Amino acid sequence: MDNGSLALQYLLSGITKGSIYAVVAIGFNLIYSATGVINFAQGEFVMLGGMVAVTLAFYVPLPVAVAGAVAIVALVGCLLELTLFRRLRRHSILHLVIITIGLSIVIQEVALHIWDEKVRSLPYFSGNEVSSIRFLGAAISPQVLWVLGTVGVVVLGLHIFLRYTLRGRAMRACSSNPEAAMLAGINIPNMRTLAFGLSAALGALAGCVISPMTMTHYEMGAPLAIKGFAAAILGGLGNPMAAVAGGLLVGLIEAASVSRLPAVYSDVAAFAILLLVLFVRPQGLFGAPSSDAVREH
Amino acid sequence: MKQIPIILAGLCSLLALLFAPGCAPPAPSEPIKIGALFSVTGPASFLGAPEEKTVQMMTEQINAAGGINGRKLELVIKDTAGSPEKAVSFAKQLIEEDKVLAIIGPSTSGETMKIKDLCEENQVPLVSCAAAETIVVPVAKYVFKVPQKDSQAVTWIYRTMKDMGISNIAVVSSSDGFGAAGKKQLEDMAGAEGIRILANEVYDKSATDLTDVLTKVKGNSSVQAVVNWSIVPAQSIVAKNMKQLGLNVPLFQSHGFGNLKYVQQAGVAAEGILFPASRLLVVDQLPDSHRQKKLLAAYKKDYESRYKEDVSTFGGHAYDALTVVVEGLKKAGTPDRQKLRDAIENLKDVVGTAGVFNFSATDHTGLDLTAFEMLTVKDGKFTLNKK
Repeated sequence: MDNGSLALQYLLSGITKGSIYAVVAIGFNLIYSATGVINFAQGEFVMLGGMVAVTLAFYVPLPVAVAGAVAIVALVGCLLELTLFRRLRRHSILHLVIITIGLSIVIQEVALHIWDEKVRSLPYFSGNEVSSIRFLGAAISPQVLWVLGTVGVVVLGLHIFLRYTLRGRAMRACSSNPEAAMLAGINIPNMRTLAFGLSAALGALAGCVISPMTMTHYEMGAPLAIKGFAAAILGGLGNPMAAVAGGLLVGLIEAASVSRLPAVYSDVAAFAILLLVLFVRPQGLFGAPSSDAVREH
Repeated sequence: MKQIPIILAGLCSLLALLFAPGCAPPAPSEPIKIGALFSVTGPASFLGAPEEKTVQMMTEQINAAGGINGRKLELVIKDTAGSPEKAVSFAKQLIEEDKVLAIIGPSTSGETMKIKDLCEENQVPLVSCAAAETIVVPVAKYVFKVPQKDSQAVTWIYRTMKDMGISNIAVVSSSDGFGAAGKKQLEDMAGAEGIRILANEVYDKSATDLTDVLTKVKGNSSVQAVVNWSIVPAQSIVAKNMKQLGLNVPLFQSHGFGNLKYVQQAGVAAEGILFPASRLLVVDQLPDSHRQKKLLAAYKKDYESRYKEDVSTFGGHAYDALTVVVEGLKKAGTPDRQKLRDAIENLKDVVGTAGVFNFSATDHTGLDLTAFEMLTVKDGKFTLNKK
């Protein structure tokens, strides 16, 4: 394989991994933007989305299964917010973040009991396990295009929602100035529930679209959450496009690292770059400078 | 609250009532107690879950046929969830409180190594379902294992490669204990078998995509085959990624590939994968005259009809562990830990799922190279690899 094709292949590989991280990072970003909570259970929403979809896919066609999974997990997200976080409004953000860590462990165990330890996956949305799109000597699986397409649609949808709809603007108002939002008559607790539900829905969608590539199993949430979180931080919390950019960057850094160093250092490289960026720009690459405006769009 | 003492009194009497029947005197013909430690839940549940199901099924069959030397077999099973700490505390419990004659399991090498000394000190026979060489090297008097050795799996892989004219390979392995153990065996044995490892990469065991590592392998055009040493899900991800990248060289997997589910997960990409495994997976293709055929066919039929899932070589290890203990008990006569240990050590020609066991004072694994068979995947099924 000549050097040009090899470099292109690494690039495509980086985009493949990056798309997985990006689609998870968007969910992190949304909850943080709307509520200030870093939801470490976001990875579990991704896992649940895949698991529910695989189960539903036995009974209904694939698109219906995916839609059903998204709806069910969104409901779960809303319920979790209603039962757990609404009561704890007066607790500090740190308490809530720690609760999400505990939540992620609980969801994992519940998933293990409902579904057992076996690894499963949705069928490829187009093509199968060996199909690949070739150009200029490099190849990529068509599923990656589905992931990137989903990312694009989600980012666009979020942008429209947050800028042009009343609910979306209300959500932005809650995050930038809760007191003023309350005075304007916005129901803050309901906005929070909406944010959780939406984030869970995005996580579930991510889980469905990456399932053929990464396989779905009850333990997949935690490592994905870490990478997704790192990607969201690298891009800069507060902006969905930044989350996507962060995800793609982490993937590309990992691929670049593998090309030069032993593969075992790829995680080290990604986190080293993350730390470096944070030392220089604590708000992430594309985040706004001040800590208040970090949650603005 | 004034109601608290009343509630507590009520709870205490309820608890007393629940436990009272358990305090009845023991039955006249005591059952033989064997302990079992399996990781039924947790990260190693793909090992422990079929192992637990297998021994439950076997215990019922043995008791229905009259037990051992006229006494019922009682299996005390503990779920360690793959945690070495839990394995230690359950092992202590089994040895001291339940006073079991022997322990079968644990499912993983990490847990086994933690309780190896404990069992040796307490002189309790341990028949492990884990594969690491260090379990039986150096030999501990009371510790045995039933899975084949990693080194035997590697030997089979390398010899098949030589038959195929392959000498330059790439090794990719996962960052967990199993991957590390396999990597070491592959490296240690390569020179002697005339194999050159051109690329040797370790990936994170929870990696979701391995196209970058495989791109690196693809970049080296002299590589004639890839060996992957990991468990799920990486096993299927490697297979799929290789095909997606157009890396069309033979893929060898470890004996951890021994479950039809993994083939299904890799779908079309699983075709042509080569790996060493017990003949359990291809029992239908064995000639009737084969020594293991009857036992394997019966185990497969019973397990699959009862549990509605495919047999795996992992459940087979539990079958072998219990078989070894039962044969030892029959030979020993009286249920005594020392006698049982001596009996097991001298077992010869015991047919199991992994192979035919011949233990000795220096060999506590009991299996040789004939225990493995090289298998491949054809049309979504396991078949013998015809040379």
